[in-house]
Parts: sequence; structure tokens; C-alpha cells
Amino acid sequence: MATQHSRSAARIMMAPAVILLLGWMLVPLTMTVLFSFKKYLPLRGGDLGWVGFDNYVRFVSSSAFWPSVQVTLVIVGGVLAITVALGVLLALLLDQPMWGQGIVRILVIAPFFVMPTVSALVWKNMFMDPVNGLFAHLWKFFGAEPISWLSEASIQSIIMIVSWQWLPFATLILLTAIQSLDSEQLEASEMDGASPLARFGYIILPHLGRAITVVVLIQTIFLLSIFAEIYVTTQGAFGTRTLTFLIFQRVLESQNVGLGSAGGVYAIILANIVAAFLMRIVGKNLDS
Amino acid sequence: MGRITLDKVTKRFGTAEVIPPLDLTIEDGEFTVFVGPSGCGKSTLLRLIAGLEDVSSGQIRIDGADATMTPPAKRGLAMVFQSYALYPHMSVRKNIAFPMKMAKMPQEEQDRRIESAAKALNLTDYLERRPGQLSGGQRQRVAIGRAIVREPSAFLFDEPLSNLDAALRVGMRLEISELHKRLQTTMVYVTHDQVEAMTMADKIVVLRAGYIEQVGSPLDLYHAPQNIFVAGFIGSPKMNFIEGPEAAKYDAHTIGVRPEHIAISDSEGPWSGVVGVSEHLGSDTFFHIHDTGLAETITVRADGEVGFRHGDRVHLTPRTDVIHRFDSEGLRITA
Repeated sequence: MATQHSRSAARIMMAPAVILLLGWMLVPLTMTVLFSFKKYLPLRGGDLGWVGFDNYVRFVSSSAFWPSVQVTLVIVGGVLAITVALGVLLALLLDQPMWGQGIVRILVIAPFFVMPTVSALVWKNMFMDPVNGLFAHLWKFFGAEPISWLSEASIQSIIMIVSWQWLPFATLILLTAIQSLDSEQLEASEMDGASPLARFGYIILPHLGRAITVVVLIQTIFLLSIFAEIYVTTQGAFGTRTLTFLIFQRVLESQNVGLGSAGGVYAIILANIVAAFLMRIVGKNLDS
Repeated sequence: MGRITLDKVTKRFGTAEVIPPLDLTIEDGEFTVFVGPSGCGKSTLLRLIAGLEDVSSGQIRIDGADATMTPPAKRGLAMVFQSYALYPHMSVRKNIAFPMKMAKMPQEEQDRRIESAAKALNLTDYLERRPGQLSGGQRQRVAIGRAIVREPSAFLFDEPLSNLDAALRVGMRLEISELHKRLQTTMVYVTHDQVEAMTMADKIVVLRAGYIEQVGSPLDLYHAPQNIFVAGFIGSPKMNFIEGPEAAKYDAHTIGVRPEHIAISDSEGPWSGVVGVSEHLGSDTFFHIHDTGLAETITVRADGEVGFRHGDRVHLTPRTDVIHRFDSEGLRITA
């Protein structure tokens, strides 16, 4: 945009989008911060006035707080590890020329189109149900005792469900990255005597660095706030109460908006810490 | 050592035969250039030698040993790719070290070879940079460096200069020729540019649609092209071809006269025509002559000072001793 005129025109044209976005973000954020300093119990007296940092202290000193942070991080970390590792392998596989490639690719992407609530319910009732689930039948077929997944291996089950949903996303991004790899580089490394494993380690994986960074960053943003999968499966029981779910319980089950809002502010802080941490580790991949 | 023999080698992609049965011997220490128009199979042939493509039938021997089924890394050949194929996330040093690292060579030996290659290729100051920070010519040198340190029995070049600008291309051409003189190693070089072929090669292999049209030294090909295709492909500007009664005078279906073998004058000569476009290069001038009644245009090379204008009527005298004669099949008629 060269001239003064075109610059100001561009600003005016961008304004509606910027204002909408700011409003969308700022209004809820301000209200959350506002409520977090109030004692606000909708069914037990409503707005009971300012209480300072009371809510913040109460939220952190609650015995449920630190476990919830830990659960959140375990779920995010587990899903990231599974989706990136399997995503790379699946992308490598899908990059190979094979019969029915188009259909296979669509099938791989399909889970991403299933709504979180639906997929969680499907997993819960069709796969993980200890009596009628497919896994139960499988276990029984081999003579083993069926596992009641969501109570005995609750975190692992949730990680499995969420990984299943996010694997297509990781695979898709990593596949496009693999396809952009110059085939002459692979041929050159083959001439240079690199074994298939060395080619993967020295050529393909570094090439995927940037795509993996993108996958990790985007998934982290969404995974920190997973809710539906927990709501329709364990309801936060059996050690699956994430920070998001804890806030939900404080606001809607305990009907304490002030306390929940304080939790929300903590969640924002946690997300930023995680983001800064990730940027530090993987962000340098985005530079070059 | 680096003697490469192709024995009835063929290559098919599905049902399409890209290389029909082909025999060729590349002698040790020879600079061989595969040249031909795009799609003639020259790159495929190089990739067959490299082992990046499997032959459909036939045998490839390197120094007498059957290498047809040998994996690329074990053939002792090094290849320089058109896109250079440097590893973008590694420094120049690591790029050059990569083949030695894969061969698990001792570190001191690696360092020694890197230093000497960097010195030879003027890369010493750039060893710690990434390929992305280098110019095209420097990248090309890194790619060559990566090939040199392996001390291969032969180098394979796949159109290595086609991504460089014209000035750099001439410079790199000299550097590669110089490298060949110094190392005395077999080099196989693929290009579509006949100037590169003429200036660099000990032996040129002209290919068309997978068939070898002619094999010979650059001057062999220039002086005695075996058919019309080679005659037209080698030499710049292109040879003039004349058919009909004028060719019949020489007992041929077609005669070919190179632009540099025709004298132009404003007064005398057996052929005449009207000057069309003239290209002034300073040292030479190329005239495109129309309305000769012989061919659509006749290209003539003259001295830089000759100054005919568009539309002038001129007379042409071919040098009869260097006229090439071809029969109706397009093959050369000797003596």
C-alpha cells in the first residue's frame, strides 16, 4: 500500500473486522475480570459486592486446583505426543503411491468432521462400554476380563478419544509438508549412502520441523479448553477434572460466578505460560 | 577408475518405452555429455546409471563389474542435481560432510577432505552458512563439493547449470572443465544446451527419443554429422537445409550448409535473396535471408562490420567443400 490515501482507506475497511474482533474478545474478558473481584451467587442473593482477591485465593487454595492443572497438562501433552508421532507415520504412509489413495485420504480426514460430543458418545457407548462395547467383546474373545475404560483408565481413555479427533488435523498438515519436500533431496541423500532410517532422521524430519511446530501450537490452543469430551463421558470424575471443567463446575454446579471467573483468569494465565514455553522450545523453528 | 558400460539397457514406464535397447561405453577419465532436446531420455539415462531408476532389461557395468542391481550408494558414483538438492537445514560444512558421515568415516579424515574441497571450490569462508544464505553459483559449488569428498569413480551431472544466469553459467562451465582436468575422473554430464556440450565434452552423445543418434568428439559431430538431426542440433546458429533441384546438383536429397560457410556479398554469388532480420553481436552479424528460392530462410554469418540493411538484395556463395549431403532418409552420404 503505497500512498497515504490507500493506507487510510485500508484502515477504514479493516475497522469493522477489528472492532468486531476486539469486542468479541474484550467484552467477555472484561466481564470475567470484573466478576472475579465480586461475590456473585445468582441463586443465593445475586451480586453481594466487591471482595477483592478473595476469589483468587479461594480458587487456588481449593484442593481441586493443582490436580486439575496437572490433568490438563497430562491430557494436552499426551494428545500432542500421540497425534504428532502417529501423524508423521500416517503422513509418510499416505504419501506413498497406493491403490485407492483418494478414498483413503478422505477416510483418514473424516474423524475431524465429527463433532466432539458425538465422537465422545460414540467412543463411550460403542467402544468403551464395559458390557456392550466393541473393546469388551474383543477382550472377551481373547478370554480377558473387559476393562471399564472410563472409570479404570479414565485419563488414557480421554486422551485416546481426543487424539482420534485431532489425528486427522496433524496428518493433513504433515502430509502437505511431506509432499512439499523436494524429491531430489531424497535422491541426493540416497546417493550419499543414507539408509531409509537416516533419510527419515536427517532429511524428512528436519523438513517437517516447521509443520510440527504449527501442529503443536494450534492443537495446544484448542486442547487446553477441551470440555465436551469430558462432559459426556466422565463428567469430571475419576481424575479427569481439567481446569476448564473445574471452572464449569464452580460456575454452574456451585453457582459461584465470582469464583469461576477467578478460575477463568487463572486459565488465561496458564494458557499464556504454556504458549510462551512452547514458543521458546519450538518457536525458533518458525524463524529460518 | 570409472569405466561405465551400458549393455542393451532399456527402460519402460508402464507401456511407454523411454529408452529402447541402448549400448554405450564411457571410458575412464572421459568427460561425456548427453545432449538432446527435452524429453529425449537423457536424464532418464543418467538416472539409470546412478541407480535412481531400475533398468527394465539389460546390464550396467562399472569398471567391469555388474552394477545393474547395485543400490545407488554402492556404485561409487556421485551426482550433482539440477536443483542442487542441498539439505537446507544443514550448514555448508554439514552438507559436504553428509556422505562421509553416512559412510562412518573418521572425523579427522572428514575434516581434511572438507578443508581441501572447500579450498578447491572457494567455499572456505562459507562453511558455517546455510544453503539459503548462498548465491546460486555458491550453492552449485557446495553441491559439487559434496560430490568431490566422496572421491567417486565417476561424477554425474544433471543439467547443473540450467538454474544459473548466463554470465555465471559460463564461469561455472570453465570451473567444471578445470575440475575435470585436475581430477581426471570420469564425468557424465546431461544438458540440452549444445554450447555446453561442445565446449566441455571429450565425447558427445546425441540422443533423440531414447535413441543414440551419434557418438563422437565435438569436432567429429561438427564436421561429420551422421544425419540431419545431429547436423541441425550441433552448431549455432542452426545449419541451413536445402532440398529440391539445388540439392540434386550435389546428388543428394538434402544438403546442409552452416551459416559460417556462406559468404555474403552485394554483387556476386550463385544464390541471391533479400535481407530480413539481422542480428548484430559485435564480433559477428547473422543475416536471415529470404526469397532465395531454396529454403524459407537462409542464415548467414558475416563479420561484425558487414552492414547490409533490411530489404537489401544480396548474393550468397556457399563453400562447396564443406557442404553436407543427406539422402531421403536423412542419413549422411559419405564421399
